[in-house]
Amino acid sequence: MESLVEIRNLSAGYGQNIVLRAVNLTIQSSDFIGVIGPNGGGKTTLLKALLGLIPPMAGEINFEESMTGGSAHRIGYLPQINNIDRKFPVTVFDVVRSGLMSRKRLIGRYSSAENERSNGLMNEMGIFGIRHKAIGELSGGQIQRALLCRALVNEPRLLILDEPNTYVDNRFERELYEKLKFLNDKLAILLVSHDLGTISTYVKSYACVNGSLHYHSGNAVTPELLKSYECPIQIISHGDIPHTVLHKHIS
Amino acid sequence: MHSLIALFNFEFFRNAFLAAFMASLTCGIIGTYIVSRRIVFISGGITHASFGGIGMGYYFGIDPILGAVGFGILSALGIELFTKKANLREDSAIAMLWSLGMAIGIIFIFITPGYAPNLMSYLFGNILTVSKNDLLFLLFLSVFIIGFFLIFYRMIIFVSFDEEFALTNNAPVRLFNSLLISLVALTIVLNIRVVGIILVMSLLTIPQAIANLFTKRFDVMIFYSIAFGFLGSVIGLAISYLYDIPSGAAIIFTLVVLYGLIKILFLLVRRANTATSPVRGDSVNKEEVYKPKAL
Repeated sequence: MESLVEIRNLSAGYGQNIVLRAVNLTIQSSDFIGVIGPNGGGKTTLLKALLGLIPPMAGEINFEESMTGGSAHRIGYLPQINNIDRKFPVTVFDVVRSGLMSRKRLIGRYSSAENERSNGLMNEMGIFGIRHKAIGELSGGQIQRALLCRALVNEPRLLILDEPNTYVDNRFERELYEKLKFLNDKLAILLVSHDLGTISTYVKSYACVNGSLHYHSGNAVTPELLKSYECPIQIISHGDIPHTVLHKHIS
Repeated sequence: MHSLIALFNFEFFRNAFLAAFMASLTCGIIGTYIVSRRIVFISGGITHASFGGIGMGYYFGIDPILGAVGFGILSALGIELFTKKANLREDSAIAMLWSLGMAIGIIFIFITPGYAPNLMSYLFGNILTVSKNDLLFLLFLSVFIIGFFLIFYRMIIFVSFDEEFALTNNAPVRLFNSLLISLVALTIVLNIRVVGIILVMSLLTIPQAIANLFTKRFDVMIFYSIAFGFLGSVIGLAISYLYDIPSGAAIIFTLVVLYGLIKILFLLVRRANTATSPVRGDSVNKEEVYKPKAL
C-alpha cells in the first residue's frame, strides 16, 4: 500500500468565495472512499481541486510521482452526466478512445494496441455492439458505461466518479458498484454519491464534505457518526438492507 | 436548361460557381463545429460586430472586408476573454458586441463623405459580383481550414465535446478554443461577400440541420453539410439568375425549402416503416460481436 495523493491543509473555492477550508486527506492505493455531504458542501469543489481544474487557495495537493506527468495522466474521471452534451455528434468509440488523449501529442493517432484495449473495455462494459453509434442515440446507463470506459482506458491509478448513479436504473447501478469493487483491487476509487444506503456495502471509508472534510475509516454508518459530523444526508435504500433515514440537521 | 449551361461562358458566372463551392466548403466545416458546440448565438454576434469593420473600411478608404476581418477576430477573441475573466453573462456580452459593432459601422458610414457604394452587397451579399480577390481569400481559407481539421481533428473533437475532461487531461483547451473561434470569424467575414451579413448565419446552420437528419457523426456531418450547402447554393444561384432576385436570399430560401422537403420525406419513411414492422428495426439490428485480436 502506498499513498497516491496527499492533501494538506487545503482551502479551495471560487473568486472571493472560500468553499472548503483546512482539508486533510491521504488517498492510499487500495482506498475506496465514499465522498458524501450536503449540496453546496463542497464535494464538487474538492473534485475540481483534485483534478487541477481550480488552483488551491491555501495548502497543497501532492501526488505520488507516477500519478502526474503529461504522458501518463493517472487519474480517471467520470463527470456527472449532466456535464455532457448528449446531442454532440460523436461516437461511443471516439468518446472511449479520447481517454487516451493525454498520451498523444497534438496530432498523434491511436495505435492498434490502444484500439484493442478500448474494444476490450467496451466489451467488458457491454457496449461493444453499439460502439459506432452516436452518444445521442444511447440511454443514460449506456452513456455512463461509455464515460466509465473513457475514464479507465488510460489505466489510471485513481478513479474519481461524480455521482455516477444519476439517471441510471437500479440494475446498472448495482452492476457498476460490483464492477468498482472488482476494479478496487488494482486502483484507488473516490466515489461521490448522495445515496449512502447503497454505497455503504461497497466503500471502505467515508469522507464527509461540508465546508471541510471529515474522514471516517470503516464503512459502518451510524446515526451518531453522521450527527457528530453534521452531515445531513438523504438515504435511499434499495433491496432489503436495513436502513435509517435521519433528520435534517439544523446548523 | 441550355441557357443555364451557356452561363458558364461568362466569367462572372464561373466566379459565382467557384464562390458557391468554396462557401459551401468553408461553411460546411465551420458550421458543423458551430452547431455541435452550440455557439450559433456567439457566431451571430461576431457576424454583426464585423459590420463595424466594414464601416471603418469605408471611412479610411481600405477594403471593407479587411476591416471586417479585424473586427470579426477581435470580437471573437473578446467574447472568449470577457465571458471567462470578467464574470459577465455570456449572452449579455454577445448582445453588447453585436449591437456595438453595428453602431460603429453605421457611425462611420454616416460620417464618410459622399455615397457608400456596394453597401447593400455587404448586408445582403451578391455572389454574382465576387471579385478575384474575394475568391483568392476564400481559396486560402478553404485550404487552411481543411488542413487544420485534417491534422487536428481528434484534438478539436476532444476539446469541444467535454471541455472539463479535456482540461483534466492537460489538453491545450484555451489555445484551441481561441484558434477555432478565430476561424469561425474568418469564415463568417469572407462569406459576407457571398450571402451578406444578414444571411451568412443560415449558410452555417441550415446545411447542418439537413445533415443532422442523415447522421449524428461529426465527420460525416461535415460532408453532408458541404453537399447540401453546395446544392442549395447552385439551385439558388440559378433561381437568382432566372428570376432576377438577390442571390443571397435565393440561396437561403432554397436551403430552407430543401430542409422542409427532406424532413417531410423522413417523416413519411418513418411512418411507412412503423406500419410494416411493429418492432422497429428489430430484424436489422444485428450487433457486431467482440473478437479479441492477438497482439
